[in-house]
Formats: sequence, C-alpha cells, structure tokens
Amino acid sequence: MSKLKEIISKMSFSNISYKAQRNIIIIAFLAVPMTLLATFAFLPVINMFWYSFTDWNGYSKMNFVGLDNYKTIFSNPEYFSVFRVSLYYFFATFVQLGIALYFATILSFEVKFKNFFKGVLFFPYLLNGVAIGLMFLLFFRADGTLDTVLHAIGLGDYTQMWLGNPKLINISLAGVSVWRYMGFNFIIFLGAISSIPNEIYEASEIDGANRWHQFIYIILPSIKIIVSLNLILAVSGSLSAFEIPFIMTGGANGSATFVIQTVNTAFRYGKIGLGSAMAVVLLFIVVVVTGIQRKFFSEGD
Amino acid sequence: MGKKLMVLFMSLFLLVMLAACGGDNDNATDSGDGGSDDNGSSEEKPMHEAWKDMDPEEIEGDLTVLTHRTDIVDSVYQEYKEQFEAKYPNVNVVFEALNDYGGDIMPRINTQDFGDVQYLPVEVPIQDIPNFFEPMGSLADMEQNFLGVEERAVNGTVYGIPIAVTYTGVIYNKAVFEEAGVTELPETQAEFLEALQMVKDNTDAIPLYTNYADAWPLTQWQGALSTTAGSETYYNIDILDDPRPFEAGDPHYEHYKLMYDVAEQGLIENDPLTTDWEASKVMMNNGEIATMVLGSWALEQIQSSGPNADDIAIMAYPNDQDRTLFSLGADYNVSISKFSDNKPAAFAWVDWFINESGYSVEQAGGISASKEVPLPEALAEAEAAGAEFVMLEPSPEELQGKLDEIDNESEVGLWGQDKKQVLVEAAIGNRDMTFDDVMNSWNDAWEAAYNKIME
Repeated sequence: MSKLKEIISKMSFSNISYKAQRNIIIIAFLAVPMTLLATFAFLPVINMFWYSFTDWNGYSKMNFVGLDNYKTIFSNPEYFSVFRVSLYYFFATFVQLGIALYFATILSFEVKFKNFFKGVLFFPYLLNGVAIGLMFLLFFRADGTLDTVLHAIGLGDYTQMWLGNPKLINISLAGVSVWRYMGFNFIIFLGAISSIPNEIYEASEIDGANRWHQFIYIILPSIKIIVSLNLILAVSGSLSAFEIPFIMTGGANGSATFVIQTVNTAFRYGKIGLGSAMAVVLLFIVVVVTGIQRKFFSEGD
Repeated sequence: MGKKLMVLFMSLFLLVMLAACGGDNDNATDSGDGGSDDNGSSEEKPMHEAWKDMDPEEIEGDLTVLTHRTDIVDSVYQEYKEQFEAKYPNVNVVFEALNDYGGDIMPRINTQDFGDVQYLPVEVPIQDIPNFFEPMGSLADMEQNFLGVEERAVNGTVYGIPIAVTYTGVIYNKAVFEEAGVTELPETQAEFLEALQMVKDNTDAIPLYTNYADAWPLTQWQGALSTTAGSETYYNIDILDDPRPFEAGDPHYEHYKLMYDVAEQGLIENDPLTTDWEASKVMMNNGEIATMVLGSWALEQIQSSGPNADDIAIMAYPNDQDRTLFSLGADYNVSISKFSDNKPAAFAWVDWFINESGYSVEQAGGISASKEVPLPEALAEAEAAGAEFVMLEPSPEELQGKLDEIDNESEVGLWGQDKKQVLVEAAIGNRDMTFDDVMNSWNDAWEAAYNKIME
C-alpha cells in the first residue's frame, strides 16, 4: 500500500523539474488556440498559395500553371489601377484618426454626459456592416436623408448625386467608412489616454500648462505606440476596403476596390486560381506597408 | 530550450495537419473514380429507370431540395410539399432556400453536400457536370418529351431538366403608354426611342427603368439578343466564327446600342446608383415606370405587386428584323446530386415538380419544359399574331462549351453585369467613353480570349 502511494507521489506533477513543468503547461495551454489558428488561419492561407499556382475554376481538375497567374496580374495595368480607389480610403484614414483622437482627448477630461457621448461615438462600430450599407444607401439617394437635411438648413443648392457622380462616389463611400470605424479607434485612444497617471497633469498645471500643452507634451508622447498601431490597422484596412462599397454599389461606377475585383475574378468569372494570386499579392502589399510603417515608428521604443 | 521545443512542437503539428489534408484529398478522388467505374460496369437498370418500377410507398427518405425562391419557400413550396407527400407518403421533403444561388452553391459543390435535388449551376463547365450530378437519361429519349434539355447535356446524356422555359422582351405599362399618346406598339429601335420620349414629355413616369444598382436586371437584356439577331443560329453557332463579334452591324452591337441610347438621351431613372428592384415592381404596377427589359418570369411578379395587373404586358424587344422571334431559354435546370442517398425519392420529386407542380407557368411566368403540358393562353395568342417562339440551335458537338470558355476567359460576360454597368456609366457621362469605345474594349478582350481558346 505504502509502495503504491510512493509511486503515485513520484509520478505527480510537482516532482518533475520546474523547466519540464513549465513546458508541459505552455504546450497544453497553447494547443487549443494554436489548433484553432492553424485550422482557420494558416491552413486556408497555405491552400490559397497553392491555388494561386493553379488554373482551378472551382469545379474542374486543377492544373499546375506555375507563375502564369502572377504574370497576368503584373502585365495587366487594369488589375492595379483599382488601387487608385484605395487612396480615397487611405486619406480618409487620417481624417478618421484625427477625429477619433480629438474626441478621445476631450472626453478624457471632465465633460458633462461623458458616458453618453462615449456610447454615441462607439455605437456605429457595433452595427452590422450590411445594415450600415442599406442605411447609407437611403441616406445618399436622390431626395434622401442627406438632401432633405441640406434643403432644411437652406443649403439645397449644394445637393449632389452623392453616388451617381463618379467624382464624388468614393468620397461618399470613404465617409461612410470613417463614420463606421472611427468609434473603434476612439475607444482604443480613450483607453490609452486614461492610463496616463493624474499626477502628471497636476504637475503640468502647476507649471502653467494649458490643455493644448498637455495634449502635445503629455498625451501624444504617452500614446505614441497606440497611434502607430491604429495607423497600421487603418492603412491595411484601407487597402483591403470591401464591405461598404460591395454592399452599397457592388463596385459600380468606379468604386471597385482591389478586394471587390478579387472576389469578382474568383467567383463571378470562375478563376479561383487568378483570384488567389490577387489575394496573395494584396497580402504581400499589406505586409510591406506594415513593415515600412514599423520602421518609421519604431525608433525610440 | 523552451523556445526550441515550442518550434518543434508547432512544426510537427502543422505537418500533421497538412498530411491529414492531403490524405483527405486523395481519398476523395479515389472513391470518386471507383464510383464511376462501378456505374459503368453494373448490369442493373440505371437509377433513372429503376425508380419508376418502385411503388410510391416504397420510396422513402429525407429529401433536401435546394431552391432560389426565398420569396415563396414558406408559402407556395409548403403546398408543394403537402401535395408531393400525399403522393409519396414516406418521403419527408425539406427545402433550403439560397439567397444568391449561383454564388452560394459553388463552395458547396466540392464538399459533396449540396442537397439531394438542386439546380445545375451554370458556372460548372459542361465537361465536369458528370462528376457531380446523376444522369437522367439519354438525350435522344429526353428530347422527345422535354424542351431545352440539350443545353447542358454531356455526350448525349441529360443531367438536368429546365424548371421552366422563358423568353425575354420589354415589359410595359399599357396605361402609361396610353397617357403618353403611344397608340401603336413600337417595333423598331427608332420607334421605341420615340415612344419613350413621348412618355418623358407627356407623363411623370420614368420611360425605362434600368435597375442599374441591382445590376442583375441588366443581364436580362442578353436574353432578347436573338430577337435583335432575328435568327436561331446566331447565338450558339454563328458568333463562334467571328473573333470580333461586337463590331457595328453585329447583333450584339445593335442590341446594346439601344441600352446606350436610352441612357444617353436621359430616358432612364434619374439616379441609377440607388435603384431598388423590389420597389421597381411596385412603381411599374402603379404607372410610375413605363418599361423594363426583363424575362417573362417577371411578368407575374410585377402584375401581383399592385392593383393594376391588367396594365402590365410584355412585347418583343424592338428590332429591325422581318420576323418577330422570341428565343426560349431554360431557367435553372433541376438536377440530382451524384452523392445523394435518396435517389429514388429525388427522381420522384423531379418528375412531380416538372410535370405536376405547375411551377413553370404559375411561378416562373414561362412554359413547362415538359412537352405534354399545353402552352399558356397568352402565348398561344401571341403565336397566332405572328410571333415565333423558338429554341436556339445548340453549338455543334466539337464546339460545345467553347462560347462559355471564351466568355469567362475574356471577362466580357455576355450574361454578366459588370460590363453593362460600364456601358450605362459611359452613356450617362460618368466615363470618358463613347459607345464605340466600349464595344472596342469588348472586341479586344474577346479576340484575345478567342485566339487562346480556339487555337
């Protein structure tokens, strides 16, 4: 009896060396998320890389075609000209971050109805993308909400074909995107700002700093990393803008983004191989852009 | 040490995952090949014959039927279920309605789990159809009894029967035409434009509603192409002789010239970007829209969208030909999965749906594919008035599927929507292109694909 106990106590977890314990726990805990990550993130990406070297149409047998798909993309300017549309979303990104930072700063000081405003600003991010698309379709249509409001405040002469005018359509759509994602940036900024200790503000007030000084010399330096993180998220988001233009216009009237084009190539024209190659190209562009940004923002950290 | 272990563990893990996947693929192809061999060597009656010998009581199982009719799946389809189950009491029918059938079915096809009864997706290349679907009989036999089965037949075997046969024309509101002072139905493109101008000048109605934002209604125009061509051989045969089929004088050029002209002359809706299909049906019924180019399937839907069913009628697409020719085109082709466990029940459903349900006339505004079902009244009248309803001649055997291949390769998309939207954009001045520029871009893309495919 006592022998059995001895064996059991020897096998027990606490008798293994600390290092081995640590490894076992790390592996056991990581196994679940890694399995999920591998199944739903890595595996599809690996598959996509494989498809990009084939001429698969979704149904027939695949044939390996080497780099043909990539040659098609890089030798045909049509595939790249749509990145022009991404520029609209790219510039909108800065507007979006600017507004988010502005509201986050204001609401981090003492303001009446603080929580109410926080809720209002964050609310759009909680809405479903399809709902937003339909909502703004009504908002922008001729004699829709926007036009009605403009008429009501005496600016009726400024009404436009918000989506019908090819020069305006991307600005309108980028505006919707700003409205939707601003709340997300805002909440992250707000969190970062609230982690700045109060004493620093008090000390600066004694030194005679006003709100603007506090923003420039205390808040901005403290949340620099968060700003760059938000910027990376927003820029890669602008390159892969999809949901809002796809739901609202389906890419019509010159509003097609690279992702819309990829989806159409793969699923409308049955060129899964070529579509995968386009997705791989986009992946690399996003990786490169992110890399460049990190290079610029990482000094000093 | 810990780091190294982790890396080792992760890479092992990934390898196992990959290997598992690879294994799956191999198995799938193996069993597929094995299955087809079995079919070839078996002496038994094929399933499409065998089920007819069974007693209705013997046929049993849970049957999953895919449909694209999200609008009536809870109403009309439930009646179908009742009627069918009364005849075959041991079958339990379950419907699954897909909002975007063409897009949703594609990823599912390769999983082998796509219902027992569904439609042949038009995206499946013809030669691949036998890999996924159950044969329904030989073309020679089926042709005797059904319209339109030759369209997606493979090597003399039929894999799908059209759920309805429809035709395309211009749906118009009689009351609006009357108010505008259009007394005789326009026959040529010039007369049609004149009539639309009168509608614009004399009424508040929109002369022609494109439904540009929903985009798929623009693809409906293609269905009337053979009316413009005035020939049943052009679409599948003659077009393949011409590497540049969109030049002035060619049927496609003349056909889409009308789309460009109406848009350019401001005879369409004001803001095409915010159109709405469901609303357009109601507007047309109420006399706020004069015309729309659509298939006959839409007639019933527009008539039932308001109180003025009698005002809505369909006429031939304006053309300069001597004959008024409506080409009959198959709607979706109903098919049976090769991987189904309930094939007898599936065949029973297909047979009942095509011959007895009345779907094709009542719900799809067309003609039944079954030759035993008589022509609807309205068609019989039009036929008496000189219109011809014809099936298009299929492509010759050796060129089968080539048209689709060129179309996809070139991304012109004869039945697609992108290029038609571009055409409308050019016409309303949103793009710096004339009609000839648009046609030339189609020609160039088509020619490149033509040379690649036909070489």
